[in-house]
Amino acid sequence: MFPGFEDALAQVVSPQMLLLCVVGVIGGMAVGATPGLSATVGLALLLPVTFTLDPTSGLVLMGAFYAAAIFGGSFTAILVNAPGTPSSIATTFDGYPMTKQGRSETAIIAVTTASVVGGLTGVVGLLFLGPLIADVVLEFGPQEYFWLGIFGLTMIASLAAKSLLKGFAAGFVGLLISTIGVAPVGGDVRFTFGVTEMQGGVPLIVALIGFFTVPAMLDLITNPAGRSAAMHKERTQREPGLLPRTIRYVLSRPLNLGRSAVIGTFVGMLPGAGGNVANLVAYNEAKRASKTPERFGKGEVDGVVAPETANNAVVGGGLIPLLTLGIPGAPADAVIFGVLMLHGLRPGSELFTEQGPLIFTFILALAVAVLLLAPVGLVAGRGLQRTVVRTPTHLLVPAIALLTIIGSYAVRNNPLDVVLMLGLGVAGYGLRHLGLPPPAIVLGVVLGPIIESGLGQGLLAASGDAYPWMSFFTRPISAVIAIVVLLALAWPLLARWREHRAASRGTATGQTTETKAGANDEA
Amino acid sequence: MRTSRRAFLTTCGAAALSLTGCATRAVPGGSQGTDYPAHSVQYILPFDPGGESDTTARMQQKPLEDALGTSVVISNRPGGGGAVGWSELANQVRPDGYTIMGANIPHVVLQPLARGEAGYETEDIKWAYIFQSTPNALVVSADGGHETLEDFLEAAQSQELTLGGSGSFTANHTGTLTLAREADAQLTYVPFSGTAAASPALLGGQVDALMTYNTEALNLQDKGMRVLAVASEERLAEFPDVPTLVESGFDTVEGAWRGVAVPPDTPKAVIDTLADAFAQVNKDPEIIERSEELGYHLEDMGPAESADFIERRKEADQKLLEQFDMLSG
Repeated sequence: MFPGFEDALAQVVSPQMLLLCVVGVIGGMAVGATPGLSATVGLALLLPVTFTLDPTSGLVLMGAFYAAAIFGGSFTAILVNAPGTPSSIATTFDGYPMTKQGRSETAIIAVTTASVVGGLTGVVGLLFLGPLIADVVLEFGPQEYFWLGIFGLTMIASLAAKSLLKGFAAGFVGLLISTIGVAPVGGDVRFTFGVTEMQGGVPLIVALIGFFTVPAMLDLITNPAGRSAAMHKERTQREPGLLPRTIRYVLSRPLNLGRSAVIGTFVGMLPGAGGNVANLVAYNEAKRASKTPERFGKGEVDGVVAPETANNAVVGGGLIPLLTLGIPGAPADAVIFGVLMLHGLRPGSELFTEQGPLIFTFILALAVAVLLLAPVGLVAGRGLQRTVVRTPTHLLVPAIALLTIIGSYAVRNNPLDVVLMLGLGVAGYGLRHLGLPPPAIVLGVVLGPIIESGLGQGLLAASGDAYPWMSFFTRPISAVIAIVVLLALAWPLLARWREHRAASRGTATGQTTETKAGANDEA
Repeated sequence: MRTSRRAFLTTCGAAALSLTGCATRAVPGGSQGTDYPAHSVQYILPFDPGGESDTTARMQQKPLEDALGTSVVISNRPGGGGAVGWSELANQVRPDGYTIMGANIPHVVLQPLARGEAGYETEDIKWAYIFQSTPNALVVSADGGHETLEDFLEAAQSQELTLGGSGSFTANHTGTLTLAREADAQLTYVPFSGTAAASPALLGGQVDALMTYNTEALNLQDKGMRVLAVASEERLAEFPDVPTLVESGFDTVEGAWRGVAVPPDTPKAVIDTLADAFAQVNKDPEIIERSEELGYHLEDMGPAESADFIERRKEADQKLLEQFDMLSG
């Protein structure tokens, strides 16, 4: 069915290719686990290395590195509330609570399983659906991205645990932060207060470290006893059979895995959105579909499985528009695009037919790398986890502090970012005590540019029409997403009404509506 | 086991430190740059990794190291479309030639003009060499009904046409403005966040045309798009049948030029050494071959030539922005 597929298969299992996969996976995981060093930056550093390799080896190395970097970002997200890459934002929501409860090993095993499943789904999507559905990507114009961003904002409803109003207030704080710097459409300079360096705006990872990691660190300082108890529990109660039990548990919930993987593959395909959006959407959908949404945010395993399945599926999904249309689906894909170009390989549908063996070797190597995530991840991830668990708080906190500084500096090699991170961290700590949820702020920072560019570009692109804004409702996909937005907005109200009704019926018959622990299977 | 894990962490930390380039601040290198370069040179790109400027620099790294006889460390300092890096170059970097920075035209001309406070002035950017250019190209969909440039511009007389391009106040932007002015056409420019981000809008039919670079035009041509015109002085080797805008009667030569710049007070000897090194890089057979494949046009403008060139560009751009009322302040 695929010309050159058999050759590719033979090549992939050669010792040299396997070695490249292992090297790529280990390097990628180390870079991914370091906040501030994104997959993109790591790949750019690898770029000159690939000059000395033949095209196939270069691509295999980069593919393995990329997949592992995205996965590695989950370690620090779980252990110290510091997402290593923006693709692991939602992993902190339940991952860090699990650590606080002394269940970090379970979390690490769960995300490893999820990452392998997600990564393989993305690769399968790339292999079989790639050329077929690439054209769907092109139907997504500015208007569609605008609505996609608005749809993303409706997630605030589920991220804001207590007050919907405060949730939206937090979201708008995030949107405001995202407007700092040069405007994506029009080039105006905004809210820099004369500081030249602010023209670059606030990088997402700096906001993440500030809003997530710094408050977590302050909590450790103000309440060291809480951690000691949890750590003590994890150290002393080594549960036998935790590994197979956790893997079985994750795999026994195919709906969550499947849904998240499909979300990741699809969002990855869209050039205007990447892992940072996919992991949040997957988390939100997992929570919405769950029978026990109230357990999300408090250490629910499904809550770490969903984002990590999705962000690893983004890797394969993002390569679909790259290899078939020559359009990078995510920032990291731009670097891989550079490698292809430097070796004289112009992406496009003919790449599959003309360079069959090379492309299939690349895709298959990606699958091998994803499988390698399991052993390497379990060893490195649990090694890191045990180290963190065993480190006493008075040493861990300075270590995290150092990590936040290195991480925020590394994003753009800019000392201003360290200042910004500290400022946002203190602000985030304060805002949390006012009841403004940090995840909703970060959501605003992620989605602001997508919404703003979509709106501006959409209005300009339709400027020939009598009413340019009409294009936001008349384009078919736009109209569909707009309706989905309406439904999503109505959902919390609907859910509350149902809950209310169930509660009143429950009291009437004298039965409790509380679900039994562990019985939170999806419908 | 405990030590090995700690060793793992230490290695991660050390790797992170070395990756982020903690060796940036080097000791000052001798007097007046006669012994330049005495140690490694830091080559900074004010853009994100993966773009054309970044790829070019990483391509140059090896031959540049050979030419300078020292190691070259490449890092990125993105922000504000390059403005963050350039303002640092103009105001903070030590003028000893050990920190050099990629710089782009028209960015360094348009940002100070349009933003007012870009953090640097065009004159603050001291050019050592301009080594590459990518001219603008006008691309339409093959089934969009515009066979030639004349067809397209005629259609733009009676109705408003939209042109996508890379960002605001870029070569694509001014190229669209100039064409609209010269041809008296109704062209609306739609800025996207980068060259690659604009292409789906043409492929998906959300804009009528793209004002992009010749490099991306090559990719688009492979996907069945039609290149109507290029904005270079002469016809381009990769598009022998595509007319230039100049030969169609429009006075517009526009595109992006890339070079390398140093802080304002850098000694002349250092600048000359750098210029010689980059001239040598441009003669590297591998650079020539790769550039040709990618559509990068090699340019060889030394410090004086570069300064002249930029002065001319600034005059023209100032006039253009004035006409469209886009000057700051």
